[in-house]
Amino acid sequence: MTTAVPSLELRHISKSFPGVTALDDVSVAFYPNEVVGLIGENGAGKSTVLKVLNGIYQPDAGEILVNGAPVKITKPRDAFDRGIAMVFQEQSILGSLTIAENIFLGREEEFLRYGFIDSRAMNAAAARELKKVHLDLAPGRRCEDLTFAERQMVEIAKALSLDGRIAGQLTILLDEPTSVLEAKEVGLLLSIVRELKQRATIVMISHRLDEVLTISDRVIVMRDGRVAKELPTKSATVQDLHKHMVGRQLHHEYYREARQAKVGAETILSVKALSRAGSFQGVSFDLHAGEVLGLAGVIGSGREDLARCLAGHLAFDSGTLEVKGKPLAGGSVLKAASSGIGLVPSERKAEGIVAALTVAENITMAALPKFVKSGIIQFAEEQRTAHAWIDQLHVKTPSTATPIGSLSGGNQQKCVLAKWRVAGVAALILDHPTRGIDVGAKEDVYELIRDMTAEGLAILLLADTLEEVIGLSSRILVMKDGAVTATFDASPRAKPVQVDLVRHMV
Amino acid sequence: MAHVANAVRGRFDRLRVWAPIAVLAALCILISLFSPNFLTISNLLRLLNSAAIPTVLAMGMTFIILMGSIDLSLEGIVAITAVLVSLLVANDVSSIEIGLWAVPLAVLLGGLVGFANGLLHVRLGTPSFMTTLGVGFAGVGVATAVLQGVTVRINDQTFRGLSLGRFLTVPAAVWVAIGAIAVAFIIQERTRVGRWIYAIGTDETTSQQVGIPTQRSRIIAFSIAGLFYGLGGVLSAAQFGQGNALIGSGRLFTTVTAVVVGGTALSGGAGSVLSSVIGVLIVVVTANGMVLMGVPPFVQQGVQGVLIIAAVALAIDRSRLDIVK
Repeated sequence: MTTAVPSLELRHISKSFPGVTALDDVSVAFYPNEVVGLIGENGAGKSTVLKVLNGIYQPDAGEILVNGAPVKITKPRDAFDRGIAMVFQEQSILGSLTIAENIFLGREEEFLRYGFIDSRAMNAAAARELKKVHLDLAPGRRCEDLTFAERQMVEIAKALSLDGRIAGQLTILLDEPTSVLEAKEVGLLLSIVRELKQRATIVMISHRLDEVLTISDRVIVMRDGRVAKELPTKSATVQDLHKHMVGRQLHHEYYREARQAKVGAETILSVKALSRAGSFQGVSFDLHAGEVLGLAGVIGSGREDLARCLAGHLAFDSGTLEVKGKPLAGGSVLKAASSGIGLVPSERKAEGIVAALTVAENITMAALPKFVKSGIIQFAEEQRTAHAWIDQLHVKTPSTATPIGSLSGGNQQKCVLAKWRVAGVAALILDHPTRGIDVGAKEDVYELIRDMTAEGLAILLLADTLEEVIGLSSRILVMKDGAVTATFDASPRAKPVQVDLVRHMV
Repeated sequence: MAHVANAVRGRFDRLRVWAPIAVLAALCILISLFSPNFLTISNLLRLLNSAAIPTVLAMGMTFIILMGSIDLSLEGIVAITAVLVSLLVANDVSSIEIGLWAVPLAVLLGGLVGFANGLLHVRLGTPSFMTTLGVGFAGVGVATAVLQGVTVRINDQTFRGLSLGRFLTVPAAVWVAIGAIAVAFIIQERTRVGRWIYAIGTDETTSQQVGIPTQRSRIIAFSIAGLFYGLGGVLSAAQFGQGNALIGSGRLFTTVTAVVVGGTALSGGAGSVLSSVIGVLIVVVTANGMVLMGVPPFVQQGVQGVLIIAAVALAIDRSRLDIVK
């Protein structure tokens, strides 16, 4: 394999931004018909590599070779014309266009007749592309009607449409293609990747190391803007990869189980026979001080809606909700927050932070009245509080006045946690608190969860993986079709195993 | 109708298509109950005639709003193109007389001003709102300066026939408007720039990433809009038999109202030129009905104001308003 000409090669690529070296002399090669896993923590340089390959960034030094010939990529279209297709993590499918229109967006000239688009020919061509990804959908359908997974497949079909339209080898870059897919869809995607291997070079960026190990032939680990390690998948383990990614050993006690707090006697949140039509029915549980209560369930189990109900984002139809013995009416975020319930949402960018506001402003946002005297915000007080939390949570930020949007995901999440701590909540609902943040930052979040429970906070956790929910929780409720189907004790030495949970989930 | 429905894009497809049509039908029924004169051939022809110019203007405006932008230069472009065309046909101010050749020249002038809109907006990076407001003011200013306050009277009856002539008992202006609808529909459905306008209105960053020349598309869209406004200016001059700097007054609000009432989203990406035709009819029927029912003019204006706010309020996708922070 190594004797072949690489279909895509980066030689000595460097790229810096003011104050940061994003890529430092990176040289990697991708060969025909192989699947390469590209991994690394956030900020390691993976996305910069992608952006350089896609022409969004121009490298400061080094060259890019396609099929052995040096090329200049100055805009996304250049990359496309060279056979480099990118499947974006934030999908590039536009809802107002049809599947066919999306697949050939920006490349309509193939279907022009006297300057007008021949929709029939375009739809027929799109149907052929859809067949490659086993997607049985009419090419004339509007993409806004598709499920997320279907859109992902359309995105891949779009990348594959290059096949036969360009000379030479096709390289497909998949940027975290599975992070938002359900298990069944992940399976389908991986099988498509295996098929694609016959025709293309696949580079897959992923945070899910187990997936990378399943699908790839070779793994490239990036760290601090450099290639830290290249190794064949055969000889790699999750532990290995993790070590190369963070430059240290996987924490022996990943989920800090030894720090799992003794569940206090005080009931913070009491839920009795709570129901919401179409979401969940008759859910009852108590959440105690110092407890991490995990909610497990597949999509459609009702756990997301339950979490949103508790935080006041949704109303409930019947049942009661009490916070420290006081009844709380549903459907008002304001009431929920003032009675002591905070939600750390999974859509961090859209719901958790206000990207344009500063770190300090985000941290004090939920408790702003505390910083107001006679109608004026007391800046000194606000800054003091922000500094205290930045120190305590080890938020990496240049200053309190930095717009929060420019921090990494993990640091943003810490600020979201700080926001609710400043507001003085008694119970926090964590909806996928580690989604889309890197391994190192994940461990920080785990550490923070333990800190919070040690201080007597009650936590309701909707975790990213079963492993995570088992590792972190003191108790686990399993939900299925809107009802609680099982409750598991998860004391440090008596953790349930995944199959037990799964049995009650599906 | 299926194809028409399919040509209206955006969330809540069906609602977007059928709600305005239902509103239009309800209005017609309501007005005809109050006024027996409404459903007469002569009134319907008058209705269509008064819808002609707003329709031509709305075709241009739809493309801009589909991009998520706005074009406030409409009245300025209508004014200068009407003035140009009135000075080039037989008239009482200038001695030039080139007859119908004046029409393509005036339309082209509209396109050029639209091109200027787009170029300034894209190159200077100024919001379309501000850029077109400035260009529109400049347009009215130029028209006023050229004429120094006088009104040009048009003596060319062939030219006036563009609006006043009749073919199969239907006024010529209506036929021109139907032609404009056909051209706009083809641009929307069958050309690259039509498709790119939707893409840009839906998500400009993504559009850029897939390699759409977004800046060029914006300039083209503003130019196309300018061409339609130019045609609107020509029709205005033909209809009133004159050209003056204020001939476009009041057209902007009506046009934007019609586009929005028709179901094209101000946020861009959703809607259609066909929706705008329905929107124009709603606005025109409402106005006509109020005249027939003897509603005072200032109240009519108030009703139009309520109409646009109601349309925007109804068109907002409330399920997406549940933003949680």
